[in-house]
Amino acid sequence: MALLEIENLHRRFGGLHAVNNVCFSVQTGQIKAVIGPNGAGKTTLFNLVAGALAPSSGIVRFQGQEIQGKRPCYIAASGLARTYQNIKMFAGMTALENVMVGCHLQGQSGFLSSMLHAPWTWDEERRIRKKSMELLELLEIAEYAQTEATSLAFGQQRAVELARALAMQPALLLLDEPAAGLNIYETAEVARLISKIRAMGITVLLVEHDMSLVMDISDEIVVLCFGEKIAEDVPQAIQQNPDVIRIYLGE
Amino acid sequence: MKRLLALLPLVLGVILVQILATYTGKQFYLTQITMAAYYSLLIIGLCVLMGYAGQISLGHAGFFAIGGYLSAALTTRNLVVIKSAGWVRLLDACGFLQGGKDSYGGDLLVVTPWASAIFAVLVAALIAVVIGIPVLKLKGHYLAMATLGFGIIIYRLALASPWLGQADGIAGVPPFVVLPGLVVRGDAADRVQNYYIAWGVLLLGLFLLLNLIQSRVGRALRAIHGSEEAADAMGVDIARFKLQSFVLSAIFAAIAGVLLTHFNGGIGPSEAGVMKSVRFVAIVAVGGMAHLWGALIMGVALNFLSLRGVFGSYDDAVFGLILIVIMLFAPNGILNLLASPKKGKVNPAQSETRQEV
Repeated sequence: MALLEIENLHRRFGGLHAVNNVCFSVQTGQIKAVIGPNGAGKTTLFNLVAGALAPSSGIVRFQGQEIQGKRPCYIAASGLARTYQNIKMFAGMTALENVMVGCHLQGQSGFLSSMLHAPWTWDEERRIRKKSMELLELLEIAEYAQTEATSLAFGQQRAVELARALAMQPALLLLDEPAAGLNIYETAEVARLISKIRAMGITVLLVEHDMSLVMDISDEIVVLCFGEKIAEDVPQAIQQNPDVIRIYLGE
Repeated sequence: MKRLLALLPLVLGVILVQILATYTGKQFYLTQITMAAYYSLLIIGLCVLMGYAGQISLGHAGFFAIGGYLSAALTTRNLVVIKSAGWVRLLDACGFLQGGKDSYGGDLLVVTPWASAIFAVLVAALIAVVIGIPVLKLKGHYLAMATLGFGIIIYRLALASPWLGQADGIAGVPPFVVLPGLVVRGDAADRVQNYYIAWGVLLLGLFLLLNLIQSRVGRALRAIHGSEEAADAMGVDIARFKLQSFVLSAIFAAIAGVLLTHFNGGIGPSEAGVMKSVRFVAIVAVGGMAHLWGALIMGVALNFLSLRGVFGSYDDAVFGLILIVIMLFAPNGILNLLASPKKGKVNPAQSETRQEV
């Protein structure tokens, strides 16, 4: 059974069909990429899957459960994490605290026990802090743990955001342009990282503009154009696909 | 233990002020500090809602008034004439009523301060839930306007209802025996005791809220403030956390209302006024928004000055001015201004970092 199944997914904005009847699935353990020109509906597709937008029609099935139209926090609880094209750091919080928010679902303490600083919350707090530090170490930004996240360099913020998503221990990770705004060395680093994430047993679905990155790491690629899926295949086949060549290079 | 030690300087300061006031023969200052401390209890609660969860409320004087007015009405309204009614007998049987004599020597039967206080705070919490569920779906200006509307309703209810004393308010509220020997009342003889009761409550409140903001819940609240969308995607149930912090701040406001009303021996409609809510928001801003210590210190200091009449008839105008000046020149609060004079930081009141793309 596929980890994520998208069936006839459709989203209109007024008269615009931002995502038009899209179907595809992501198998457990895969790295799958969604590419397409600007305005193809890639980010809208992500928002539909993660619950930030409700579809006009269609089905999103995650781990066998239909999740379309559910609130993001419920979808997150079922094992889906995401990053954003325009990084959304929690302003006013340190890098470590940002990652600790990613562990939110692994904690239980509520208002009352938190206010009382009850002993049974200490263990949870220690565990979350330790795990968050380990993730910062994994992404080689442990030295910035106590730095306010929004004052970090762009590449480091991307890393914090990734650590924050990994802290959720997701089954599926959605990466929205993980290499956007990064130089070629940093992009190579991201490629290495994504492979590492897969090795951790996390399935990856990513949107990316950087073709060399996509071709290098993806097992399969979906191509969107004006909201419609025009191709889905392995990277070599996508590179040969005349439709894809046409939309990227013109006639 | 470390967390308790952090409060030590403040505790010492509080004791020092009392000793100084006593030995310089200026003990009457303690009365206004006591009142300022109760207002500050509301202010630190509002600080969690505004500074940490990022939700504004221009209606918190309303929750203060619900607490104050309900406990005032219940502890003064005589139930003697209806004492044979079933529900009155039931309350009596539960120990919620106390007898006494009114100023003309007539029989008096009223609800005990403890029962009134608990009832008043529960009602405030319940109203916060009912108001909060629809209103907290709003953001920014819309939330401000909706909470303002709530504040106006409570103010007009207090002015209109004969049961709440209309423009006169409610006087003759009895002392509140919190524990045997600990009495909340405004008599000069109990000044020192009440000074310490108020600070005890305020410090306890501060301790609880400091714990809160350093916890999983506190991080979730700050995350909501930072980016609602991302917090939601991390599994933070935004609606629930916003509502819970709204209710929590309403409870703090109601407790402040209850205690200050017993201390003052009464309450009037000006306590429910919209300008009071604006003042509380201004003080949280002066304190640095996401800064519990700042809110507490500014809350005590500014309320003390206001109660001493330093601002004269221009009281509300001064708080309006403070709000403008703070937003323009020190949006991170006075204390941050002192700590780091020029950091070249962007004025958060001017930036538009939270624009959605």
